[in-house]
Amino acid sequence: MLTAFAIVTDGLVYAAYLFLVAVGLTLIFGVMRILNVAHGSFYAFGAYGAAIAVGVYFDRGWPAAGGFLLMVLVAMAIGLVLGLVLERGLLRLVYGKDEIVVVLVTYAAFLILEDVIRLIWGPNSYALYQPLGAAGTVDVGALVLSGYDIGLVALAGLLAIGASFALKHTRWGRLLTVVIFDRELAAAFGINVTLVYTITFVIGAMLGALGGAVMAPKIAVTLGIGVEVIVLAFAVVAIGGMGSVGGAFIGALLVGESRAAAVHLLPQVELFVIYAVMALVLVFRPQGLFTRAQPRKI
Amino acid sequence: MARRSIVFGLLAFVIVAAMAPALPTWLVSLATVALANALVVLGLIILWRAGLVPFGQALFYAIGAYAVALITRYTGMRDALILIAAGAVLSCLAAILAGFLLARYREIFFSMLSLAMSMILYGVLVKTETLGSTDGFGVEPPTYFGYAPQGHMRLLALFWLALAFCAASALLISLYFRSVAGSLAVPIRDSEIRLEFLGVSVNRLIHLNLVVAGTLAGIGGALVALSIEHVDPNMSYWTTSGGFVFVTILAGAGSVAAAFVGSFAFEFLKSIAYDILPGTWQIFLGTALLITILFLPEGIGSLYGRLRRRKPQSMGAS
Amino acid sequence: MSAILVVHDLEKTFGSLVAARAINIAVPPLQTVGIIGANGAGKTTFVNMITGHLRPSRGTIVFEDRDITGRPSREITRLGIARSFQLPQIFSSLTVLENMCAATAIAHAAGGLLRQALTPLHSPGTMAESEAALELFRITSYRHARAAALPQGVRKLLDIAMAVAGAPRVLLLDEPTSGISIEEKFGLMEVVMSALKNRRITVLFVEHDMDIVERYADRVLAFYDGAVIADGPPIETLENPRIQELISGPKLKAAAQRHA
Repeated sequence: MLTAFAIVTDGLVYAAYLFLVAVGLTLIFGVMRILNVAHGSFYAFGAYGAAIAVGVYFDRGWPAAGGFLLMVLVAMAIGLVLGLVLERGLLRLVYGKDEIVVVLVTYAAFLILEDVIRLIWGPNSYALYQPLGAAGTVDVGALVLSGYDIGLVALAGLLAIGASFALKHTRWGRLLTVVIFDRELAAAFGINVTLVYTITFVIGAMLGALGGAVMAPKIAVTLGIGVEVIVLAFAVVAIGGMGSVGGAFIGALLVGESRAAAVHLLPQVELFVIYAVMALVLVFRPQGLFTRAQPRKI
Repeated sequence: MARRSIVFGLLAFVIVAAMAPALPTWLVSLATVALANALVVLGLIILWRAGLVPFGQALFYAIGAYAVALITRYTGMRDALILIAAGAVLSCLAAILAGFLLARYREIFFSMLSLAMSMILYGVLVKTETLGSTDGFGVEPPTYFGYAPQGHMRLLALFWLALAFCAASALLISLYFRSVAGSLAVPIRDSEIRLEFLGVSVNRLIHLNLVVAGTLAGIGGALVALSIEHVDPNMSYWTTSGGFVFVTILAGAGSVAAAFVGSFAFEFLKSIAYDILPGTWQIFLGTALLITILFLPEGIGSLYGRLRRRKPQSMGAS
Repeated sequence: MSAILVVHDLEKTFGSLVAARAINIAVPPLQTVGIIGANGAGKTTFVNMITGHLRPSRGTIVFEDRDITGRPSREITRLGIARSFQLPQIFSSLTVLENMCAATAIAHAAGGLLRQALTPLHSPGTMAESEAALELFRITSYRHARAAALPQGVRKLLDIAMAVAGAPRVLLLDEPTSGISIEEKFGLMEVVMSALKNRRITVLFVEHDMDIVERYADRVLAFYDGAVIADGPPIETLENPRIQELISGPKLKAAAQRHA
């Protein structure tokens, strides 16, 4: 019974992590049809940025709430800058080219950014432990849950709800939805698709950076975190359907719970199970669980 | 004309083989790895011509490598030819099995499914103690028909063996590109419907190409295992697959020779980058990739534009 | 054999939608059949069932006394029924001659995939045959042009030429003159029909241009709401007031005489 509860909670926390990382990626793919490998860089930059800035903040002894706010602000700033630089500087040069070419361009950007991280922050590992302490713990029966983890799950949930709401009920959200559905049609209606692209990419970058920033206290912030994360994000996005925020949410839950079950019950398959789920979904529903299959236009 | 390029190619291999004993050790090692990787890239070229870019070729590469490592460790068999053949057979079988699934997908879904498969193997390798888990394990140097070379000869022997496999593969694939089945790659990309309605099973054709590419990757992996005398799960990781795709883009898909030229160019670039710019070699490589992608001659799309032949009548690769 | 293609009680339903109902047709060899009907009337469904793209819900299709109902397209093509497409399906990256060579080589490459992997593509026989095919369809002057850069009429001709590379006995043309300007339509059809007559192929063509249908069809099948509502010689069928009401609209004699 305890194990089942632990699986559920661990799964939720891991799912929150996956969702935070994947939501920006799926948005960018949905609107722009770009599988952005450099999303891993957004995550990494967010993590480093938070580790440094928020670390300094807490060292100064300032109030904890501000520290959490700073995390978000740092992420948004990083996302804004990186997103703009990448989109306006690089991606707009390859719009319209084959999907695979664009993926490779983002891969090249990712490689470059990996070294940029090393140049800025060196090969050392950074730890951001203060937020964990500040969030405290919560006792649930025999389990002790980290307040920070609960916050993560809450954040992911809020983000999911917020994003779905925004896509359906705000003007910008509906514009995005139209472009996701059919870019040509959207342009024919006079929607400024270029602007939509830029804004989407920046939002996606911010979300990616946010993922890194909020995860920074839980991991060792060091070289290579982007490499691990990006392939996980791909898996979640592939499962949920590329472009579907709801899909990313369900996909994250599916992978998160599967992995938690594996960790507690059969540790050897922990890594394997994530990609097995991805493969299974791709086999039976290649467009993902929540996306409409695109009919081939002859 | 076609025959001439085959003769030139074989001549090139012979010349390189003859030059080998005079070359420094580091160059021979580097060249061996470059040759092995060229085989993987050759397989990628075959698939790329049909419009497919697998993001998980490392799967077959790792299978070839681990086959060699495991057989050496658990059976004491050390003959290089047998080991590599075993690697080839196992990766071929894996490709046949994987192909039943993979051949039904296209575009980004094909790439992602391929990625998923390679990451599944990665997950298995990392978590399995008997397979060495994250550290992997060492591979004993091989013997050649009973002869166990030492020192510089050891490197040369493997190099010549790699060269032989490459020459044979280059020849066979050149012939394949000239065959009916092999020259239908570009038509697959252009109009699968037309092919189906001419009576060709496109899925079966892609399956065949996958098996060829997978086997080549397995041979490459086996050679690398023997060359660096080590295997680890990273050989199945997405970054390894990414590296192969990288080289393929650098190389272009125009010909069999491209795989070898591209692979060597990449190994050299990487060595130079490590030496001159140790902290920024990825910036260097990333930029090289970007430049390659961005400044290609005009074509339908940069990837496919590169496939445009200069002369109108050569439908097969030279 | 009396009829080269016999369709018996053919039906196709998609859930509650009946796309084709109770179709019964026997086509004698070398006849040219024009298929008309509004969009959604079932013409394409009919063509797709014959060529194996769709499996009929009921009924049989018999070709050269052989039951081909429900067989896959690849098999049906190899048995001798080919088709062309409304949007020409050609290999854009290759030249016209390379396109034709590919089609010819495939037609000759019998046997399994492995055998095909060992057969060289360019043999003198294939070249000669391809050149002859281009000649027959009057597109020889385009032989070294890349298919992507061809005018629409040439694309259509290439598509059809490739379809007949395997010496089919029946050819289904899906709107051969769609997308072609009015001045060029008849020229195109002249080339196509004389080439197909030369190859002794039974032709079924779907068309929206009634003038073309009247000029080239020996027999007209009119589709409406999934069923064949008329089956007869062109002039008679096209004069039929019901057909004019439902499909073709009133005939303008002046237009027909201009091109005859």
